[in-house]
Amino acid sequence: MRRHLVLRVTTKLLMPFILLFALYVQFHGDFGPGGGFQAGVIFGAGFILYALVYGVENARQVAPDPVIRVIIAAGLLLYVGVGFAGLFLGGKFLDYNVLASDPVSGQHLGILLVEFGVGTTVAATMITIFFTFAGRGQDGS
Amino acid sequence: MIAAHLPALQIVVPLLAAPLCLLLRRGALAWGLALVVSWATLAMSAMLLSQVLQDGVISYALGDWAAPWGIEYRVDSVNAFVLLIVAAVGAVILPYARRSVAHEIPAEQHSAFYTAFLLCLTGLLGVAITGDAFNLFVFLEISSLSSYVLIALGRDRRALTAAFQYLVMGTIGATFIVIGIGLLYMVTGTLNMADLALRLPPLGPNRTVLVAFAFLTVGASLKLALFPLHIWLPNAYTYAPSAVTGFLAATATKVAVYILLRFFFTVFGFSFYIGALTLQNLLIPLAVLAVLVCSTVAIFQDNIKRMLAYSSLAQIGYMILGIGMATPTGLTAGIVHLFNHAMMKGGLFLALGCVALRVGSVRLESMQGLGRTMPWTMFAFVLGGLSLIGVPLTAGFISKWYLVQAALEQDSWMLAILVLVGSLLSIIYVWRVVEVAYLRPAPPGAAAVREAPLSMLIPTWVLIGASIYFGIDTSLTVGVARQAAIMLMGGTP
Amino acid sequence: MDVPGLFNYWIVIVLMMTGFYVVISRGNLIKKIVGLNIFQTSVFILYISMGKIIGGTAPIVAPGVTVYSNPLPHVLILTAIVVGVATTALGLALIVRIKEAFGTVEESEILQQRDDDA
Repeated sequence: MRRHLVLRVTTKLLMPFILLFALYVQFHGDFGPGGGFQAGVIFGAGFILYALVYGVENARQVAPDPVIRVIIAAGLLLYVGVGFAGLFLGGKFLDYNVLASDPVSGQHLGILLVEFGVGTTVAATMITIFFTFAGRGQDGS
Repeated sequence: MIAAHLPALQIVVPLLAAPLCLLLRRGALAWGLALVVSWATLAMSAMLLSQVLQDGVISYALGDWAAPWGIEYRVDSVNAFVLLIVAAVGAVILPYARRSVAHEIPAEQHSAFYTAFLLCLTGLLGVAITGDAFNLFVFLEISSLSSYVLIALGRDRRALTAAFQYLVMGTIGATFIVIGIGLLYMVTGTLNMADLALRLPPLGPNRTVLVAFAFLTVGASLKLALFPLHIWLPNAYTYAPSAVTGFLAATATKVAVYILLRFFFTVFGFSFYIGALTLQNLLIPLAVLAVLVCSTVAIFQDNIKRMLAYSSLAQIGYMILGIGMATPTGLTAGIVHLFNHAMMKGGLFLALGCVALRVGSVRLESMQGLGRTMPWTMFAFVLGGLSLIGVPLTAGFISKWYLVQAALEQDSWMLAILVLVGSLLSIIYVWRVVEVAYLRPAPPGAAAVREAPLSMLIPTWVLIGASIYFGIDTSLTVGVARQAAIMLMGGTP
Repeated sequence: MDVPGLFNYWIVIVLMMTGFYVVISRGNLIKKIVGLNIFQTSVFILYISMGKIIGGTAPIVAPGVTVYSNPLPHVLILTAIVVGVATTALGLALIVRIKEAFGTVEESEILQQRDDDA
């Protein structure tokens, strides 16, 4: 894609908006349609678009495999961690009510953190799936 | 405080450990973590079982959302028993896995292996513990997806095609289960299994419910590899790494049998009207065919792993036979066999794993003279084989004893004779191995073979020892199974 | 029978059978995965259709709205979609490995090579 100037410029222009939209879907998810999974996929799609136009190697520099691997695990750990926090604060597992002083803000905080965990894991997983397939055969592995 | 949260911890602890295993890049560290976690889950499942036996059903509302709306973990004597089986097998196999996996899987994939193993364990435990129909599907897919990965890690390139075949058939099975659950949700508006059980009977004969029943039955039968839907199993078990075969053979199909039990008896109720077909004439013919056909096919296998896989299919036939009779004794026999078969088949596959480690092959001809060079391994295999046949003083005898009793209660002599014929067939295939291992000398010029390492022998003997012990002291197995059977049939234990 | 009113369910049946047929009849492993995806998609539509309530809006509390669609099937199906994505990715990854090991993605050729191995 070295010579497709239009594609390269448009991609660069679109990138911030794709990522911003992903964040909007992520954090507005408790007031309107949205949530961690959708946001994660959109965020991952931004990286995939970049990798398609600028090459997998360049995208890998932004998101190296070991980092992505840690992010996948970290998202899941955040999710389970919120669950355990509810448990230690005296509620049931994944009980959001006890996370803050009153149940309403507890529910807010809980769903925000859990969806953030989902979002990071999904985004990192989508990127990994794409890199694994796209990188196959290029580096001889 | 911990006692009150056991149902959640039972699932969450292995789930939490899985990503940690992925982060620990070193295989040995990942193994250590997995080992500790699997023992912790065993302890928790034992505590859960004793709690249930003392105080009755435990209900745990996740996130404190009350039962028909939120996801409920509901532990009664049936699934507490299944949880114990799965956790026990997991805890026994992990110490064994270290040497076996080091031998069969490249070092850089070890941490991934233990991650997948823990996810598989989580999924299987989750299927057993959950009281929510859709949650059951999610856990089923967690365990299935990770077991496809585990199977594909086998050394032989045919492991890849076996895993792919399992993936296609397993996904169809799971999708059938979702369709069934969706149809039930359509007519009742609930996903909680206890709630479903309350709402289904007033509907009477309803075509949507019938279709749901059909989809659930076929889906679960695909997952538990009931005869004609068993094609994926022999290949998957043959080419998977030894530790994985032992684990899946002892747990995955058992959990699928549990799904069938749960839907048939708890959700639909055993008197569920399915037109001219009753449970009996739906399941018993398939079970009979499974026992006869698969035992016969097992006799002609030269790969011993494949032979045991076909034998598993026949044993699943016995379980379904017990369940299909739909009497308390029949159900007791089915549930007891669930446990006994997990022990003996797990032990047998582990013994084969020892052979694979030292000899490098599990084909019949390469087992010549192993009775002398690997005495402990082969003796374990013989004891496991005796249990498979159903010789008195082994666990297999207990299962068959109750099966024959259940058949005679209904005056069906044919079924009692079938159990005996099945045993005769299994004598033939077990004897083939014994003959080669003990009565034939090692081929001249063969490399010297040593006994398997202790870290693998002890787990093998724990399972084989259990299959002997529970043939003599049946108070735990039969006691729990009888209580579970009475509860499933709608009585109060 | 109210055929047009059950339009969604007809689509479900057609998609389901198409997907199932593709899985069974095609020898190409990629096509099998495509068939499996179509098969799963039919179930997604089945669930989504039952969540719709005529005249209902999105289930976000707003003044002046009394009828809401049932959000639960959507949530369930989001989970099923995730499972579907994971299954597809794993299936394709297996196909890549099979192609490297056997040199083909045609089932008949793989079976032939498998028999040679045995």
